[in-house]
Amino acid sequence: MTQLHIKNGFVYDPLNRIDGEKMDILVRDGKIVDKLDGKRKRVIDASGMIVMPGGVDIHSHIAGPKVNSGRILRPEDHFKDVEVKTAKTRSGVGRSIPSTFTTGYRYARMGYTTVMDPAMPPLKARHTHEELNDTPIIDKASYPLLGDCWYVLEALRKGSVEECAAYVAWTMRATKGYVIKLVNPGGLEAWGFGGNVRDIDDPVPNFEITPREIVQGLCRVNQLLRMPHTIHVHTNNLGKPGNYATTLETMKCVENMANGDKPLIHVTHCQFSAFKGEDWRTFESGAEEIAKYVNNHSHVTTDMGQIVFTDTTTMTADGPFQYILYQLSGNKWVNSDVETETSTGIVPFTYKRSSFVHAIQWSIGLELALLIRDPWKIYLTTDHPNAGPFTYYPRIMSWLMSRRAREKLMKKMNTRARHKSLLPTIDREYTFYELAIATRAGQAKSLGLKQKGHLGLGADADIALYKIDPSSVDPSRKYRLVRRAFKNAAYTVKDGQIVVKNGEIVKSVNGRTFWVDVGTSASLMEIEPKLKKEFEDYYTVQYENYVVPEHHLAVSSPVSVKA
Amino acid sequence: MTLTLRPKLAFKVPIEAECITPDAFAGKTVKEIGAMKVWEGNRQRSLDELFYVEGEGGAKPEEVDIRIIGDVHKVRRIGVGMSGGEIKIEGDAGVHLGEEMTGGRIVVAGSADSWTGSMMRGGVIEVKGDAGDYVGASYRGSTKGMRGGVILIHGNAGNELGCFMRKGLIKVGGDAGQFVGMHMRDGTILVQGGCEGRAGAEMTGGKIAICGSVPSVLPTFTVDSVKAKVKIDGEEVAGPFYLFVGDQTENGDGKLYVSKAANPHLKFYETYL
Repeated sequence: MTQLHIKNGFVYDPLNRIDGEKMDILVRDGKIVDKLDGKRKRVIDASGMIVMPGGVDIHSHIAGPKVNSGRILRPEDHFKDVEVKTAKTRSGVGRSIPSTFTTGYRYARMGYTTVMDPAMPPLKARHTHEELNDTPIIDKASYPLLGDCWYVLEALRKGSVEECAAYVAWTMRATKGYVIKLVNPGGLEAWGFGGNVRDIDDPVPNFEITPREIVQGLCRVNQLLRMPHTIHVHTNNLGKPGNYATTLETMKCVENMANGDKPLIHVTHCQFSAFKGEDWRTFESGAEEIAKYVNNHSHVTTDMGQIVFTDTTTMTADGPFQYILYQLSGNKWVNSDVETETSTGIVPFTYKRSSFVHAIQWSIGLELALLIRDPWKIYLTTDHPNAGPFTYYPRIMSWLMSRRAREKLMKKMNTRARHKSLLPTIDREYTFYELAIATRAGQAKSLGLKQKGHLGLGADADIALYKIDPSSVDPSRKYRLVRRAFKNAAYTVKDGQIVVKNGEIVKSVNGRTFWVDVGTSASLMEIEPKLKKEFEDYYTVQYENYVVPEHHLAVSSPVSVKA
Repeated sequence: MTLTLRPKLAFKVPIEAECITPDAFAGKTVKEIGAMKVWEGNRQRSLDELFYVEGEGGAKPEEVDIRIIGDVHKVRRIGVGMSGGEIKIEGDAGVHLGEEMTGGRIVVAGSADSWTGSMMRGGVIEVKGDAGDYVGASYRGSTKGMRGGVILIHGNAGNELGCFMRKGLIKVGGDAGQFVGMHMRDGTILVQGGCEGRAGAEMTGGKIAICGSVPSVLPTFTVDSVKAKVKIDGEEVAGPFYLFVGDQTENGDGKLYVSKAANPHLKFYETYL
């Protein structure tokens, strides 16, 4: 039995409305408790430190065949960043696409304890889980890509939401997935034949169904199955000028399905979906329009997908978009088609301060985060590694918390972009409370992880301590201190065990893998014979071999829902 | 002021010695230099366990003059990232010699191994003997090869000489292997002997001159003209040369000069002029 007493820290726990109060946190057996037994306990003096729940990342490509292809594609990326083995940690390499072990360690060092891998081709689930098993410390889950799956498209075309729901429920169990993920719905299927969909009402070739119907259909399925998170959508036309209109249409198309104030749709890495203008020359920010819509509606949540000016690797399931990026950059690339399910593309990319388009993109991410008033609706991500490696989060935090930090960078970026940016007109600066929402509480709430993102009684004892004193440090002026503090957590506690001390890993533990176990009623279960036929006709894998057994996960943690 | 390093034994396993640079030695006493750490295989050793270190260094890298007497072909990464000063190797050198160097001078009396001067940005590397593959190339996967400086090889060079080269000059006295100036963006390569073919594959800019024989020129190069001479780094090399432009698969504008006299089998190109 391990007991921890974290004393006198400034606690930020937005889910329990605790805003920088000086208080103690007690931990027993990996849970937050209200009192400890006996005297055997470890005391951490947290005076002058911030205490927050462990960080939660809703969208970060950390595992799977695509990530691994990215690793193979980029030896020059590993070369720049090598981590040597220590007594507690394994060696590793990689700057924008770190190896699995290094990914776990680096997240833990920043005080993050839960990370979601957002794009798993269902067929490649086994590989994805094998990589997740080798990603230590952090808890994780994976989102199966379902927006272009033949079975889903076929069922929705017939208008049979129940059949689609049965299939989705089966896929969640078979692939040990957590969230329904849609990437460029319909577009990836079209890409299999060298095409794409132009907008949300452009029918998918061979299926006579529009992206709008796919989004609405899967949103309905999500409601039917009572999934913990909403549908997680990477919009059509992502990365193209003028796509903010498509994004707004996507948000609007599920507007009237709302049931109370519950969110229905998560538009991910929103920065890439908020482009205005006719082409790259007239490119501008559509953040204002998106923010206005999100401010006025409660059914949407988003995350930033914030650009960082650095060399990184873009990787998405959006094959057609990656092809455009390859043509723009002329870099080496990888493209692949996953049978009847999805596609993939990978292109190394460098975001430059001097580039007009990149500088505007940088501005869009921050405009979104600052113009959307409610921090429960927009979360901090870089869509790692697409807009920048996750190791840059502390830098983004400082931009959110300090106007001065933003202005300092803006002085060095493309002049035309600087004049077009809305940022100089925005005074808002995040407080530590808001930052805690954007980096942990909001994301945990959105994901439906009841044990995460807060420090209330019974929560998992995932705690991050940062060496910065909010009573004496003004984050707006001392943004460098903020960066330094959030880069290396003073302590990271995972399930009641101290894993990081002063930015160094002191213990490596295994994190859980969450997946959704949908308890379906009998009427939803009659798709098995049809599925078997589907596998015989279309798949290279047998039905029996497709399913990932539960013992394949190092630490399985099913989340049961009742459809 | 010279610092002398002499191997104490014949090395059997590779030694990673990126600390042997004027930059790392500057401002240190012989004792401090001897205590610097290197890897011998999977064991960490101090430099004086492997070398006799004698002499005197300088305060700044430019004042440090390192002489290595003996065979160090097992010692990797000598002179990595050096910015000034001089290293003289009286024997053979190992792989990654002078990688990413920005200034100074390295002279090898014997031969150098692969990756000599890869990603270098400035300074001079002179090899009296032969060199291995990937001289002045980029690291695997990267598109940033040599970006400045001069590499002189008196003997022969291996394959993929100047791969992804962006600037600078490479001169080879003897022959070169396959894929001279592959993916080259800019800069100059002169091969005084012949090469094994596929010169300039996927080059988009820069200049390659080959004074000896080549088996053939890639079909993605178009013949432009016959030139009497070619200018390399301000000096004229007498020809005549066939001038090819390519690589057309990359819409390239690289210039490939191939000696007319040494390649009578390329005479058919003249019908296209």
